Amino acid sequence: MTTATYTRYELLRAFRNVRFFVLALAFPLVMFLLIAGPNRHEQLDGISFPVYYMTGMISWGAMAAVIASGARIAVERSVQWHRQLRVTPLPVRTYFRAKIESGYAMALLTIIVLYVAGISLGVRLPVSGWLTMSVLILIGLIPFAVLGILIGHLLTADSIGPAIGGLTALFALLGGAWGPVLGEGALRTISKGLPSYWIVQAGTSAVTGEGWPLVAWIVVAVWTLVLSVLAVRVYQRDTART
Amino acid sequence: MNTVTSSPPVAGVRVVDVAKSYGAVQAVRGVDLSVAPGETVALLGPNGAGKSTTIDMMLGLTRPDRGHVELFGMSPSDAVKAGAVGVMLQSGALIRDLSVRELITMVASLYPHPLAVDEVLLLTGLQDMASRRTQRLSGGQAQRARFAVALVSDPELMVLDEPTVGLDVEARQSFWSVMRAFASRGKTVIFATHYLEEADAYADRVVLMSRGRVVAEGPPTEIKARVGRHIVRATLAEVDVDALAGLPGVALADRHGDTIELQCTDSDAAVRALLTAYPSVRNIEIRGAGLEEAFLELTVNADKLPELEASR
Repeated sequence: MTTATYTRYELLRAFRNVRFFVLALAFPLVMFLLIAGPNRHEQLDGISFPVYYMTGMISWGAMAAVIASGARIAVERSVQWHRQLRVTPLPVRTYFRAKIESGYAMALLTIIVLYVAGISLGVRLPVSGWLTMSVLILIGLIPFAVLGILIGHLLTADSIGPAIGGLTALFALLGGAWGPVLGEGALRTISKGLPSYWIVQAGTSAVTGEGWPLVAWIVVAVWTLVLSVLAVRVYQRDTART
Repeated sequence: MNTVTSSPPVAGVRVVDVAKSYGAVQAVRGVDLSVAPGETVALLGPNGAGKSTTIDMMLGLTRPDRGHVELFGMSPSDAVKAGAVGVMLQSGALIRDLSVRELITMVASLYPHPLAVDEVLLLTGLQDMASRRTQRLSGGQAQRARFAVALVSDPELMVLDEPTVGLDVEARQSFWSVMRAFASRGKTVIFATHYLEEADAYADRVVLMSRGRVVAEGPPTEIKARVGRHIVRATLAEVDVDALAGLPGVALADRHGDTIELQCTDSDAAVRALLTAYPSVRNIEIRGAGLEEAFLELTVNADKLPELEASR
């Protein structure tokens, strides 16, 4: 028995889902070109406009990709597929891993496409900058992958679509994906407390060559921890009830 | 109905005194069940009899409040992990965005010794739909694909919960012919149904369930004689119920005003005797008794009935 085939078909399913493409790839790409294009020579939040907007739109799209992948559990639960899988030898661990892997695969596609779009608008970074940025983005996505699995167990198939759209828009907006949250008030503090903010800031890290400050690591770790605890609880409640 | 003392020499499926309540509702109230390897057993009963809950506990999907289950000497979850169990659950649909062939291949990859995907497509009559996306299948086709999902693992034990619901007569027949071929390879099959005809035609042994209990079990012919009763209704004034109950072919008699109702083991003999004894009888109606009422009667009389053990 190998779980590679299972994971491969999970990926195939993710890539065949049209709504997934629109939300995670098409929207962010079009917005990037529409907004960063005319402002390609401007500055935003201390760095070049296209770099900021590139990581901004990646934050939004890649976040949607990893959330939606886990959230599709809600759809599978609604057709009782999770019960069918529980009477196969598939380990639960593999089930979740495949969801996270296909979410990340989709996120990687979004990242690469937006990198290419960024380069086409004149974004130039040293190799180390591209690498730092990519690693930080992938790390920043971890809490959102967990969030997807959490809402996949909390919500129904009907409500999952609007929930993904709403949550990603909220995290993107407050995280500064469409432009930095201005001032130093409460909103700015909230913004800095969101993992989506730090995904956007991966662009600044790439330009300055410095990684995240300590607070970023703490924010991502705390969100991951809290969401994981909730996800495990909800999963246990779900399997205990049946 | 305690079969613990006569456990089969070879371990197949052993369900010992399992019970499950959901809040105040006692879905299963202590069920014992032994199935020998290679046997095909039908769980027969009306909706709400506890068949699905029993099956869920048998598979480890639901934890019993008490009692335990062994599949081939293993816990349900170990048997499932070993790939020994194929399951077609009562409700549920297929995941989308895969073709039928891809879905079957995906499921097959989880098992140690699956059947060839092409063979399964052929057996389940899905070869012409192999490249169709699962979300575009009709109800009957989807049901066949769910059967293919259960079959592809080539399990030792096949568990089917109301497998033919939603299938037309033809699909039903081809389904059972595949199941027969599968069972003839020495496989164990347990299926739940509320169709007496299905239990009669395809099971070696029938286990009757009602209100969360096993109320009778035995070879299909015996069960059929017991629940396959006919009801004769007629209009007849001024008659003694006990006299009616004494007529040949009549098991039970009842009267509401001028309407009499006879539960018959042999309705032909009963009607003949009725017409001879009471020429004034009018409006004679004969119908097959629904399983529901047959079971209800069995449940009520469960204590009075002679033990009807399995033929083995």
